[in-house]
Amino acid sequence: MSACLQEAPLPHRPAARPPAGPGWVGEPLRLAALLAPAAAVFAAFFLLPLVRLILIGAGGAEGWSAYLTTLVDPGHLDSLISTLALSAGVTLVTLAVSTIAGLFLVRHHFPGHAVLVALLTFPLAFPGVVIGFMVIMLAGRQGLIGTITQALTGGKLVFAYSMAGLFLGYVYFSIPRVILTVMAAAEKLDPRLEEAARSLGAAPWRVVADVILPALKPALISAGALCFATSMGAFGTAFTLATRINVLPMTIYTEFTLQANIAAAAALSVLLGLITWAALAVARSVAGTSVAAAG
Amino acid sequence: MHSLSNRRGLGFWLQLGFTLLVCALLTVPMVMSMLAGLTANYFVGLKSGLTLRWVDEVLRVYSGTILLSLQIAFACLACTLVLGVPAAYALARRPGRFARLVEEMLMMPVAIPGLATALALIVTYGGVGDLRSSWLFILIGHVLFTLPFMVRAVLAVMGAIDLTTLEEGAASLGASFLRRFFTVVLPNCRSGILAGSLMVLTLSVGEFNLTWLLHTPLTKTLPVGLADSYASLRIEIGSAYTLVFFLMIVPSLILLQGLAKRGRPSV
Repeated sequence: MSACLQEAPLPHRPAARPPAGPGWVGEPLRLAALLAPAAAVFAAFFLLPLVRLILIGAGGAEGWSAYLTTLVDPGHLDSLISTLALSAGVTLVTLAVSTIAGLFLVRHHFPGHAVLVALLTFPLAFPGVVIGFMVIMLAGRQGLIGTITQALTGGKLVFAYSMAGLFLGYVYFSIPRVILTVMAAAEKLDPRLEEAARSLGAAPWRVVADVILPALKPALISAGALCFATSMGAFGTAFTLATRINVLPMTIYTEFTLQANIAAAAALSVLLGLITWAALAVARSVAGTSVAAAG
Repeated sequence: MHSLSNRRGLGFWLQLGFTLLVCALLTVPMVMSMLAGLTANYFVGLKSGLTLRWVDEVLRVYSGTILLSLQIAFACLACTLVLGVPAAYALARRPGRFARLVEEMLMMPVAIPGLATALALIVTYGGVGDLRSSWLFILIGHVLFTLPFMVRAVLAVMGAIDLTTLEEGAASLGASFLRRFFTVVLPNCRSGILAGSLMVLTLSVGEFNLTWLLHTPLTKTLPVGLADSYASLRIEIGSAYTLVFFLMIVPSLILLQGLAKRGRPSV
């Protein structure tokens, strides 16, 4: 089946060739000139500094092997592993929560539906520091969860200033984006497939497991990769909650500011950049180019 | 009727409850923080009375950060418009492998953590003249981070309209390139330019990951001030400051949602 598809001729893109005529002669040159300012700024202020950063990471006495030494340093390795574990956990929980809520919102319309969707997607552009503050509001010393648990059990549950608080913050931050992606994908599903499955006697959970989830898979992978990359690289939330939370961005920050170990900070930044960039490359290759990310 | 009662069975209510719970998780802390910023004493609670005292204090102490954030956001918007819209046009006119590669490269400052980009900027340009202590240093970071959002928003609209035919029509009537660009291309892309602009403003005002390393004591932006106030001041002031921040970004968020609802491509 897939072999058949591969052998089929590729659909032609509408050609963007300029028609012949005097007005169109300089077109390639003109397009290059229009692209040039953005390219120049990008090269000068991003590519060049990035190359510099990569070289600094290898600038010590050890040369390029400094990358390996930095990585296997027990403190750094710990921080890398806990960041990976945190991001993977956040991704799984966010995907589960957002798929349930997103599917529900696409399949049912009821009074207040639009308001609910608007509220769920509102925190989309909140910066990490504000997310951190929201976690403090929920799970901090004077937070809602503490107040409720004190009233119920007498003990105050406070977990904002730890890995658990960071976990809650990243889930908070990721839910709106993943819900939007799930809803966009679910709206494109062919309802006839689902009806066919149901008319053949499939139980509701079978329809979800065998029809809906497979159809949503590309969207879920791409949203998940995006969520993972954001959790790996985010800095503001951890910074607000507690500077001693052992995640990679905090480690880089400490190496740079407190230890003044610029080579290690550079090497770890390059490593972190590679991880997030690879995750987002996965997202794009699965979902085409329609994926957007935000810090 | 049967299908309706079937649809609103136990499953429906369970899922509705779950979705409402998620919504509460997202909105309750927002409401709490807004109220805390208006409460005389958060520890005592709402019965201590509502007051604008904290908001006043924030405006008095932190107005500098608010103004600087607005200044950077609008300068950033100007830069991304001038750099991004022509670039999007060039990419839209020549779709293909090269355009995709360029788009991919422009996305890199979003894919790579802001901390890394900021470090790279500091080690490369930190020693150049007074740049390190200037607000322009922060602006550079913000332009890198927001440019891809402008390019993508505009590119999405340019891809949806038939740019070639529109332009050919105008060209056959003798319109020069500049005239076509400003009177045909730009007006047809205005929804994309608007969505991109709102996105750029919102992201720039809230940017922290890059800004924290790029700022100096004299160039504090709003999120930097927020981090300061969360760490050191009483919760009412942090909340009032957050309230001011919400008031600044909420209008553009609502407009963005409106644009998305009209089916226009947003980022």
